[in-house]
Amino acid sequence: MTAAEVAARIESGMTVGVGGWGSRRKPMALIRALLDTPVTDLTIISYGGADVGMLCAAGKVRKVVAPFVTLDTIPLEPHFRAARQGGAIEFAEYDEGMFMFGLLAAAHRLPFLPTRAGLGSDVMRVNPGLRTVRSPYTEEDLVAVPALTMDVALVHLNRADRRGNAQYLGPDPYFDDLYAKAATSCYVSCERLVDSADLLKEGPVQSLLISRTFVTGVVEAPGGAGFTSCEPDYGRDEAEQRRYATTPWREYHDEQG
Amino acid sequence: MSRADVCVVACAEAFRGDGEILAAGIGGPITTLGARLARMTFEPDLLTTDGVCHLTGDDPQVTEGWLPFRDHLWLVLTGRRHVFMGASQIDRFGNTNISCIGAWERPKAQLLGVRGAPGNTVCCPTSYWIPRHSRRVFVERVDLVSGVGGPLLRRVVTDLAVLDLRTPDGSMRLASVHPGVTVEEVVAATGFELVIPPDVPTTRGPTEEELRVLEALDPGNLREAM
Repeated sequence: MTAAEVAARIESGMTVGVGGWGSRRKPMALIRALLDTPVTDLTIISYGGADVGMLCAAGKVRKVVAPFVTLDTIPLEPHFRAARQGGAIEFAEYDEGMFMFGLLAAAHRLPFLPTRAGLGSDVMRVNPGLRTVRSPYTEEDLVAVPALTMDVALVHLNRADRRGNAQYLGPDPYFDDLYAKAATSCYVSCERLVDSADLLKEGPVQSLLISRTFVTGVVEAPGGAGFTSCEPDYGRDEAEQRRYATTPWREYHDEQG
Repeated sequence: MSRADVCVVACAEAFRGDGEILAAGIGGPITTLGARLARMTFEPDLLTTDGVCHLTGDDPQVTEGWLPFRDHLWLVLTGRRHVFMGASQIDRFGNTNISCIGAWERPKAQLLGVRGAPGNTVCCPTSYWIPRHSRRVFVERVDLVSGVGGPLLRRVVTDLAVLDLRTPDGSMRLASVHPGVTVEEVVAATGFELVIPPDVPTTRGPTEEELRVLEALDPGNLREAM
């Protein structure tokens, strides 16, 4: 598939999960393709970075579900900040661990999973829909983190074959396998499409993070995580990220053509 | 001995007695050096990271383990991590805010979001490093509780002093002032009423051995930028 074909499958009002973490291995080629569609009112589920920022800047977002939005070396994401401060988006703010349990619940087709993370904090106040649940074994009250189910997951990995078996070669899988399992449809972009027979030439079998049974489509997109990092193929393009963070959105986006 | 050296030692002291758990530092060299200094001197079983996903050896170039984000989050749930976090606001009971300034519904300034602060503070020992002790940070009431105060909060290290919650009602106490800092200066820079013990000790500086270790860990003196 092409990135544009993936973007064309996404409809207004859908819930879209985005893999990676902060400004690391974000499926930016797929996000940029989404910017070029008329889609709007998306709910974005993400350990957020420029994916959230760009979609907010382009007016595609109704709601963000995230424990943070950051560019890592630039701590505060300018377009997400503007959207929040301008009251343009809804925000479901979760603890990082809570968020993982939401992904795990969705990936296991469970309605919720319990955790202690969030108890006592204002996460419970600003997410009035969050409930607690009493442990039937220990009488302890726990946060019942609702499943972060999603219509579509977008992830970027280092290698994949045509059928959707996808491989990470960097040091951290992030949570991309959970997004794939949590979504109705998962689209994988990759640095390089390879024959199935070549998948194990660059990494051990444990690096095959996502199985084709959870993947709907594959896009070959060299540099497709840029300017975020995609170790070991490339690091973050700090200069380009700085340009993104300091250039008015309209100007930045028009230059991308 | 510089102010930065005192702050690094004050951070290292937070890990005393922690044993074989991860000593993690956020917010620059003071906290990460504090963790490494504790490991290299009085707390040799501590685990340390490179700030990404490698558990580092006594030689920071050596990798002794793998800790991707998912395992980091799981480690937190087991209580085997003591992290130095930052705080944009902190109140007298040690509740902290890194999420936003102003009303959450429409903030004046959106900051990072709560990140892992809610889980860290109810599952694991937590300390804070505040590089600029001021009334903007030490406030009567935080705008949003990201990190929860209480008995798991070990200590707050600032550029002026060390504070903790060792009082009958768990409110913040001045534990020590750094050399050259007066109690009055700390009080003036704090936006709530601090508990002041009758005799406030001076924060200890590094021993000769600790200074030697610090020189080896930070030959470029990055810690001086605080």
